[in-house]
Amino acid sequence: MSRDLRIAVVDKNPLRAAILEEGLRAAGHKSVVRIDDTAELLDRIRAIDPDVILIDLESPSRDVLEQMFKVSRSVARPVAMFVDRSDAATIDAAIDAGVSAYIVDGLRKERVKPIVDMTISRFNAFAKLKKELETAKSQLDDRKAIDRAKALVMRAKAIPEEQAYALMRHVAMNENKKIADVARSIITAAELLR
Amino acid sequence: MTKRLRIGYVPLTDAALLHVAKAQHFAAARGVEIELVADSSWANIRDKLVAGHFDAAHMLAPAAIAVSLGIGQIEAPLVAPVALGLNGNAITVSQALFQNLRQQAQGEVADPRVTAKALARIVASRRAAGEAPLTFGHVFPFSSHHYQLRLWLRAGDLDPDEDVRLVVVPPPFMVFTLRKGQLDGFCVGAPWNALAVAADAGTILHHCPDIVRDCPEKVLAFRAEWAWSHGDEVRALAGAVGDASRWAAAPGNRNSLRTLLTSTAWQDVRAPARSKGSLRFRPPSPAPPWRNPGCGSTRTRSMPIPPRRYGSTPRWWRPARPSIRGPRPRPPPPSTL
Repeated sequence: MSRDLRIAVVDKNPLRAAILEEGLRAAGHKSVVRIDDTAELLDRIRAIDPDVILIDLESPSRDVLEQMFKVSRSVARPVAMFVDRSDAATIDAAIDAGVSAYIVDGLRKERVKPIVDMTISRFNAFAKLKKELETAKSQLDDRKAIDRAKALVMRAKAIPEEQAYALMRHVAMNENKKIADVARSIITAAELLR
Repeated sequence: MTKRLRIGYVPLTDAALLHVAKAQHFAAARGVEIELVADSSWANIRDKLVAGHFDAAHMLAPAAIAVSLGIGQIEAPLVAPVALGLNGNAITVSQALFQNLRQQAQGEVADPRVTAKALARIVASRRAAGEAPLTFGHVFPFSSHHYQLRLWLRAGDLDPDEDVRLVVVPPPFMVFTLRKGQLDGFCVGAPWNALAVAADAGTILHHCPDIVRDCPEKVLAFRAEWAWSHGDEVRALAGAVGDASRWAAAPGNRNSLRTLLTSTAWQDVRAPARSKGSLRFRPPSPAPPWRNPGCGSTRTRSMPIPPRRYGSTPRWWRPARPSIRGPRPRPPPPSTL
């Protein structure tokens, strides 16, 4: 039975790194270490001596790893996932997800593939989550703007709430705008005329 | 019909010609629309170009050769029909090392041979005292920065692999690392040397043309098979870079160029440093890269990188004989770009 793979995760986004770490642990990988993307990266990696390094593509430290493998190629050291070009689909998916992997030379592909696949899917899941959060946040902002504008219209025209909302919706439809945009225009105008 | 090309670049001053080609519509005038995508590492640029996520890329010239030769992480034939600049790098050292070099120098400190020999004396005395080796930063294993550092070290009969530590440090961390004392010096491109000076973390010791004259710095690289099947686009893009280099060379366009760089190439530079407006850039001697007529040439079919020509042991990887020239005449006084 081969020993546990040591996996290092270099990601400056702590939330995403945590999601990935949790996934790797759930898949039975016990030695997962998160490394901050700092100036001491190289020393940390030397100390950990990982079999697999997963790194966020946004990290400028990728170039630091490149040098490390260049220098110590005589010993068994990680090489970029991209060396093995037999799996173009995985490489494409990794770039799209924004992650790269370095893997110890000679490690069997079937041991590493599930790790890389899991990393890609967690990165994608995180991106989806982030997008949903942004959508929810912008919906909430819209909601607030509409409520504020509605109150302004109610006060200015002395009309009830439903009527104010109907008026705004009518304007939005006529001008082919979103009701939130109409609301923001009302707020801006009200501040200007105050 | 306008074709849309995705070009990857690293936000540095020498990506300027690509930004000019886009902003001044030189590319559009030749029938190609370009989308410039900033990236954070040379490894990303390489992988995304090779995997087809970029049609072309702002690439370290030695990195393009390494990819073609397959001596780095990946092998794929690339072509680089147009250079994006010559020179532009400089070696900056910490204030402490600079003082030390000045004391040890037997001759003019502007002469890299003099400073290299002074450095060798410092290395020897540190070793005798049992101190840690000096550490120098550069940007990528296959980069002119790396080779320029090695050439300088070898001029002092130093072994770059034994006598000092050479490490890659991402340029955005370079000044910080120098200030913290984890680096004693580095070789980078603009604007990072000037920033180290502005932050009082170091002194520019040599501009790299004093070590290697007219060193090709970045190139516009394409996948070879893509370039051969998209000749019109490659020609148009190379032409647009040529137009951009003429525009950037005109003194009247200096201010516009500065504004363009501030909003694009220097986006990694923190806003306070940028807005000071007092950042002074000594033009790399003898002139900024885009002023050189050899840069931005439009020889579209003439410069594929032929692996054979370089042989199996790339001499430039570990230059055998340093070819350092004497000091240049003093560069012109600092001017504001």
